[in-house]
Amino acid sequence: MLKFTEDHEWLRVEGDVATVGITQHAVEQLGDLVFVELPKVGAALGKGGSAATVESVKAASDVYCPLDGEIVAVNEAIAADPSLVNADPQGEGWFFRLKLADPKAAAGLLDKDAYDRLVG
Amino acid sequence: MSAPETLMKTPLTELHLRLGGKMVPFAGYEMPVQFPEGVMKEHLHTRAAAGLFDVSHMGQIRLRPRSGRMEDAALALERLMPVDALALKPGRQRYGLLTNEAGGIRDDLMFAHRGDHFFIVVNAACKAQDLAHIRDNLAGDCEVEDWSDRALIALQGPQAEAALARLAPAVAAMAFMDVADVTLIGADCVVSRSGYTGEDGYEISVPAGRAVELAEALLADSRVHPIGLGARDSLRLEAGLCLYGSDIDGTTTPVEAALEWAMQKSRRTGGARAGGFPGAGVILQQMAEGAARRRVGLLPEGRAPVRAGVQLFDSGASTGAVGRVTSGGFGPTIGGPVAMGYVPTRQAADGAQLFADLRGSRVALRVAKTPFIAPGYKRG
Repeated sequence: MLKFTEDHEWLRVEGDVATVGITQHAVEQLGDLVFVELPKVGAALGKGGSAATVESVKAASDVYCPLDGEIVAVNEAIAADPSLVNADPQGEGWFFRLKLADPKAAAGLLDKDAYDRLVG
Repeated sequence: MSAPETLMKTPLTELHLRLGGKMVPFAGYEMPVQFPEGVMKEHLHTRAAAGLFDVSHMGQIRLRPRSGRMEDAALALERLMPVDALALKPGRQRYGLLTNEAGGIRDDLMFAHRGDHFFIVVNAACKAQDLAHIRDNLAGDCEVEDWSDRALIALQGPQAEAALARLAPAVAAMAFMDVADVTLIGADCVVSRSGYTGEDGYEISVPAGRAVELAEALLADSRVHPIGLGARDSLRLEAGLCLYGSDIDGTTTPVEAALEWAMQKSRRTGGARAGGFPGAGVILQQMAEGAARRRVGLLPEGRAPVRAGVQLFDSGASTGAVGRVTSGGFGPTIGGPVAMGYVPTRQAADGAQLFADLRGSRVALRVAKTPFIAPGYKRG
């Protein structure tokens, strides 16, 4: 199940774990990323809390946690090479995996059509 | 995302839009911050080949001595700047600073001896005040002309010479800071071998009506790419060049800003024409005794950019800020963060360590020599 937030994160939910990243639209707005700060594995985050920071050549932006949960994995590859996010934001450029406190809550987020209408 | 109607356009605005430029407001103008290539590639392309920049928002002023004697115009200019204008030879350009009574910097500029007048290029955000200031003070000696029906195009990078020489072979013989009349695509242009990137290159003043045609002629060379303000800023930062309004302003003196090199001997204490410019008391005293703070280059540890406005501390734990970053970001050529800012003079030596507060944690920075890159200027 692929979901989106109004803050331009995407989530791929498999069971009770969501893989989270930022959307193609977000990457186009940010421009070339030069720095990514990831959360710590084990961190418990609330929906809407700051989960990661990205810096483009222009400015710093927060990546928000889309749902309540615990960080179970982070993509160290993008911290080493932030350009991976620009190259493949919805694939290789994923940010973290979140064990969802309430997997059913994902249903309340935007689906692809709704997100496309938001940014379109 | 369209810019408000009130923004001014340059003669090249329509070309930027055609080239896919992402337009933003800057100093009252609608200017391209980047083109489809993106800031990073634009920056790297300029250092590797050549980039074309629209800097038409900058002010162009001509100063003509009423007496017909250039030394009178030079001495008039020296009343406003702590630099030696009298020694500047025809066909040469020099960096200058307009100072205020407190010793601060009203603006920084380039001025060129054009045989029978001075040609001055000032910052976009300052041009109206500069023009008024120059008229108020120099109108008795000089005719001050707002030469604003011109565009200004910068062509920068190691292949700028080859690209411009296709249109006018004579430009290849110019040395860094030479200025000459050059006919390009049949238009009367004023070309200087200078720029704001740390690379070899040219700035071209062209009649507004011919600017698009000239830019297109330059861009027809595949080595030349259009470059936006984003890369212009990262290029000048790596080159250690000040941005007026960020790194220098009315509250920073030339000594604090580490711009003593712009004040030639003749205007310093003991020189033939020492003092006699606004703020001379403060500036010459600081030259003799030093200033409490100094602008330095800073290299942050790690990858996180440390940007303008970030406070600097002298230890990992201290709470009272001792300085502040005035420009900072990612340097694409350096491959890491670069910055500049003001620090206490006792901590201004190369290698001195400071700390920045970044999202609640302390990042170490090291004072480093600027430019951060090896400049490509073609010295004569």
